[in-house]
Amino acid sequence: MNARSLFIPATLFLVIAFLIGPFLIIVAASFSAGETLAFPPQGFSLRWIAKVFTVESFQASFAMSLFLAIGGTAAALVLGIPASYALSRYKLPGAEIVRTVVSAPIIVPGIIVGLALLRYIVVPFQVGITLALFVAHTALVLPYAVRVVSASLDNLRSDIEEAAVLLGSSRLGAFFRVVMPNIRGGIMSAFILGFVTSFNQVPVSLFLSGPGVRTLPVDMIAYMEIVFDPSVAALSSLLAFLSIGIVFAAERFLGFSRYV
Amino acid sequence: MSDASYLSLEKLTLAYGDTVAVADLDLDIRKGELIALLGPSGCGKTTTMRAIAGLLPVKSGRVRLDGADMTRVPANKRAVGLVFQSYALFPHLSVYENVAFGLKLKGMRGAELDAKVQAGLKSVGLSSFANRKPAELSGGQQQRVALARSMVMEPKVLLLDEPLSNLDARLRLEMRTELQRVQKETGVTMIFVTHDQAEALALADRIVVMKGGAIEQIGTPEDIYNRPVSSFVADFVGFENIFPLEGGQLRTSGGLIELSGEAPSAAGLAWRPRMVTLGTGPFRGTVRGTSFAGDSREYLLDTSFGAIKAEVEAGLPAHALGADLLFDLPAEKAALLSKFS
Repeated sequence: MNARSLFIPATLFLVIAFLIGPFLIIVAASFSAGETLAFPPQGFSLRWIAKVFTVESFQASFAMSLFLAIGGTAAALVLGIPASYALSRYKLPGAEIVRTVVSAPIIVPGIIVGLALLRYIVVPFQVGITLALFVAHTALVLPYAVRVVSASLDNLRSDIEEAAVLLGSSRLGAFFRVVMPNIRGGIMSAFILGFVTSFNQVPVSLFLSGPGVRTLPVDMIAYMEIVFDPSVAALSSLLAFLSIGIVFAAERFLGFSRYV
Repeated sequence: MSDASYLSLEKLTLAYGDTVAVADLDLDIRKGELIALLGPSGCGKTTTMRAIAGLLPVKSGRVRLDGADMTRVPANKRAVGLVFQSYALFPHLSVYENVAFGLKLKGMRGAELDAKVQAGLKSVGLSSFANRKPAELSGGQQQRVALARSMVMEPKVLLLDEPLSNLDARLRLEMRTELQRVQKETGVTMIFVTHDQAEALALADRIVVMKGGAIEQIGTPEDIYNRPVSSFVADFVGFENIFPLEGGQLRTSGGLIELSGEAPSAAGLAWRPRMVTLGTGPFRGTVRGTSFAGDSREYLLDTSFGAIKAEVEAGLPAHALGADLLFDLPAEKAALLSKFS
């Protein structure tokens, strides 16, 4: 073995170490018996994992995050599915512009989006915090919804809709009878991707959160500023395993990676 | 409604945006006829078929079916079936559910539905495939499902888009027979679109040859094959030697040439390679190419007419490349063309 042949395996090892390492450190820290967030952990205990479930603000912010992730993604799909359909089936003037605009929230940094929403929408129009968060999360998830649903629509021949019409179905009926069932996998994948995106979203939520109304990640930051115990690590680990579980289930049952 | 016009297209004009695809088309089809719409791609045959189905709005003119004006009737209320070239089966439904789709929309349920679907599947020989998904079937089987799916609806007209073009040679013959049988048993009026003249000749009662959005000729397969009215149709059905007539003389790339016999009055004349007399005659040609086709042999001759294609029985002694041959284009055998383009 010379230095050259070691180079590639070594690089690979380092890349994996940097990807997985922080996660393993957080997981290890969650089981610490000590009073502060530290690595290596001091002793072993489940007390911090138990504590996560007793912090009241975590419960409220978890509920808020869940509401935004499910509600925002559902709203994005309600808007995104018809939009994707129109973009993929009709030669609309300016379709490319629409595609680009719809993708904008992916490209523009979240801090800018959050600030813009706060400064020009929320404050001038006195929009309630929950509504502002809901609208923001819907907008953030929309690009993913359109992209994933479009991909599965492009794989579906449009003549099955005409076939359905000639067999007596209305145009709208054909959409629900033969288009929707065939893009169900894409819709589920878009939902999961949207859910995870929304749930993990920090910068926009940071700007729009207000007294008593926070998403879970924002609440975790606030918590850490006051209390520096391993319960945040414990919560992070729990969330990470939840996300991993969802993505694995999606890949297993839906062939998630086909659409993303 | 007269019997001769079960389905009639009256001054039908169809367009995609500002591009007119079919202009002022008139066509009358009898009940129970098997019609082929034949022509090269872009001739408007598929466009016409889509307008009959109601999938394409009519710009002007009318579509009448069984005595009723269908021009503004939406596609889902026309009782017109269409077997798509791609079959367009619903991928998420089983073969059974595909065939049941339209019947369920009609409100049919239970034993009546089941009996109809089973009969439909049986008629195309796919009873044992009822629970398969379309993706698990061969192309030929998928097409038969598509046929059954349309036929159980008892359409007034069944349209078929290139029904044989996706099938291999053996299946093609099978499907041809199948379509003729279905047509005979049910008496349904069938219109199929094709670019393949052999397919149209073999299957149709009448052939409608289309070109550039208009009808070039309507006739029985014998009419079309033996008596093409235009240079376009002649070329399409396999005439190779086609010349315009000018004052009783043929206009060729080598100038005006007097025929051996008396020239008939027509805009042009056409000969199949098989109609060219080889070995005797007033004209001379040099063999430029030859090809053996089993029971016949083809020659490409360099002549004062330009290139001439001739075909003779394979049993006759072969001529070598470069050989000088006598030949004739007999006027009495030629197809008389009234239109030259």
